[in-house]
Amino acid sequence: MPMPIAVLEAELKAAFPDAEISIEDLAGDGDHYRARIVSAAFSGLPRVRQHQLVYAALKGKVGGELHALALETTPPA
Amino acid sequence: MTDIATDPVHGFIAKTIADHPVTLFMKGVPDQPACGFSAMSVQILDHLGVEFVGVNVLQSDELRQGIKAYSDWPTIPQLYVKGEFVGGCDIIREMFQSGELKTLLAEKGLIEA
Repeated sequence: MPMPIAVLEAELKAAFPDAEISIEDLAGDGDHYRARIVSAAFSGLPRVRQHQLVYAALKGKVGGELHALALETTPPA
Repeated sequence: MTDIATDPVHGFIAKTIADHPVTLFMKGVPDQPACGFSAMSVQILDHLGVEFVGVNVLQSDELRQGIKAYSDWPTIPQLYVKGEFVGGCDIIREMFQSGELKTLLAEKGLIEA
């Protein structure tokens, strides 16, 4: 089930208020996104934990409503 | 909360990652991946020349859901090295591009440094 890009962005913004977020709709179908998220919330965490934070923020939608969300997470430089 | 000790699927996963140094839980099999993300992960592991076991999660819905709960990770593929969860396809790709994956496998004695 597709999810509008604005909804995805709003949910990420709500979870990571400090974040710089850029989202790309990879297939143009609202179902395959790539998101790059730069947030201090990721500081000092291994990548698996960083991605788990994002998945938790999206409350089970990834792998369900959203078929694919390619993630790139990083703390601010 | 599922009890890992008594859940047969969790038991299967725990045994699989204990028995095989490198396990990729994937859609399809290594010779015929059923999803682009699984295919990319197989290509990376093949390129690094590491032996791995591919476990097709499409063979059972219990397994497909079970691995997600086991790793606390919502998507497939999932890579385990020496019993530890390394990540999904984005992390596999990032670690491959940065050379970290090769270093990790070499440190574990799974490929030549």
